[in-house]
Amino acid sequence: MDQYINTPLTTDKVESLKAGDYVYITGTIYTARDAAHERMYQMMNEGNSIPINLNDNIIYYLGPTPEKEGQVIGSAGPTTSSRMDKYTPLLLDNGLKGMIGKGKRSKEVIASMIKNKAVYFAAVGGAGALLSKKIKASKVIAYDDLGTEAIRELYVENFPVIVVIDSRGNNLYEIVLQSY
Amino acid sequence: MRNLHTDEIIKNIKEMCIEANYKLASDVEERVRGAYERESSALGKQILGQLSENLNIALEDSIPICQDTGMAIIFIKLGQDVHVEGRNLEDAINEGVRQGYEEGYLRKSVVGDPLIRINTKDNTPAIIHYEIVAGEQLEIIVAPKGFGSENMSRVYMLKPSDGTEGVKKAVLETVKLAGPNACPPIVVGVGIGGSFEKSTILSKKALTRNMSQSSPLEHIKKLEDDLLIEINQLGIGPGGFGGKITALGVNIETYPTHIAGLPVAVNICCHVNRHVSRRI
Ligand code: SF4
Repeated sequence: MDQYINTPLTTDKVESLKAGDYVYITGTIYTARDAAHERMYQMMNEGNSIPINLNDNIIYYLGPTPEKEGQVIGSAGPTTSSRMDKYTPLLLDNGLKGMIGKGKRSKEVIASMIKNKAVYFAAVGGAGALLSKKIKASKVIAYDDLGTEAIRELYVENFPVIVVIDSRGNNLYEIVLQSY
Repeated sequence: MRNLHTDEIIKNIKEMCIEANYKLASDVEERVRGAYERESSALGKQILGQLSENLNIALEDSIPICQDTGMAIIFIKLGQDVHVEGRNLEDAINEGVRQGYEEGYLRKSVVGDPLIRINTKDNTPAIIHYEIVAGEQLEIIVAPKGFGSENMSRVYMLKPSDGTEGVKKAVLETVKLAGPNACPPIVVGVGIGGSFEKSTILSKKALTRNMSQSSPLEHIKKLEDDLLIEINQLGIGPGGFGGKITALGVNIETYPTHIAGLPVAVNICCHVNRHVSRRI
């Protein structure tokens, strides 16, 4: 089913999404990948606050190419999510509701998603040029020293993603293999 | 003897890094675009349509095809009658990569020490494979490699008795484990024979071979064809969302090996299988 949603991603919206749904997201989302996750994880474990408010928000696992003059952002497709698995349950426990990436997630992440009512979307890997067109504003808001791995605040319009794992733990990657 | 100045090499490598990241080689592009017709799953078709559109946007709007513009893998075939003048060849190659990644607005994805992990900020060093051959020319292949797919690659040290069936099992297992992580539809490069490290280099080289050319060896061509069919029966499909088109092609390279061994390396590449070659 095609669905159009706006951020913030509140629990009622999360619960309306099912594995296999094609979703167009509009609103503010945040980017973070390996190095930014590691830093946030450390800060949270030390009891410090992190640069983004996780509540009802979405993190996009992205490290874009540098933008040229006149471009909002460079190529901007998803990176492999499993590298963030170690850090993810803590973020979910602190209010994160959605993640956009590509590829499989660990059992621990899925269990935490069910517990916290969160959703995992995939964007099409290797379609970074196309996806960049759906990003209307981008600014680095933290960890500038990490270069491409800095945390960015993005404003996206009808950003196309697919629900891979929904808040009940249904997993599209596994469902499709069962029919073969 | 022919003199070749490193300025010429730097300029070519720079251009090749940029070209590879904005436009796929025509053989790869044909496979990506052609997959749409052959896919039957509706979602799979939608994904393949987006990949075609992505290639158009990359060219028209001058945005790299994928944000992971890779680590620069470079194959050099140096004619033994070429005299390289100017700088040291390795420095020149890295200078070309540095300039290409800067001027081409490509992502700098290399960390200096694998454990300390500080970005070198210019995408160097490149990974360079040298071969010395006859003649007066320098042949360069630049193949930027993304790590979503690189991470899903594997090496198997099989027993000779495992034979062709063992090779097939190894390739299929690798593709299954990669699943959606390697950005399917994928291209599969396989190196069979040699030693532990030789097999991996062969598998990488296999990815740079024109996808419309099968292996010239009859039994290997058959293995390539059979494997492609079997991989596409796994059901992983475009994006891993299910479908017929899990792989766009299987390229296999072989080399003589030891009486006791059968090394098999499987290098997985995504549909953004980038490679540019030039002879200067
Ligand atoms: S695996 Fe390939 S298509 Fe996917 S993100 Fe990496 S380079 Fe891009």
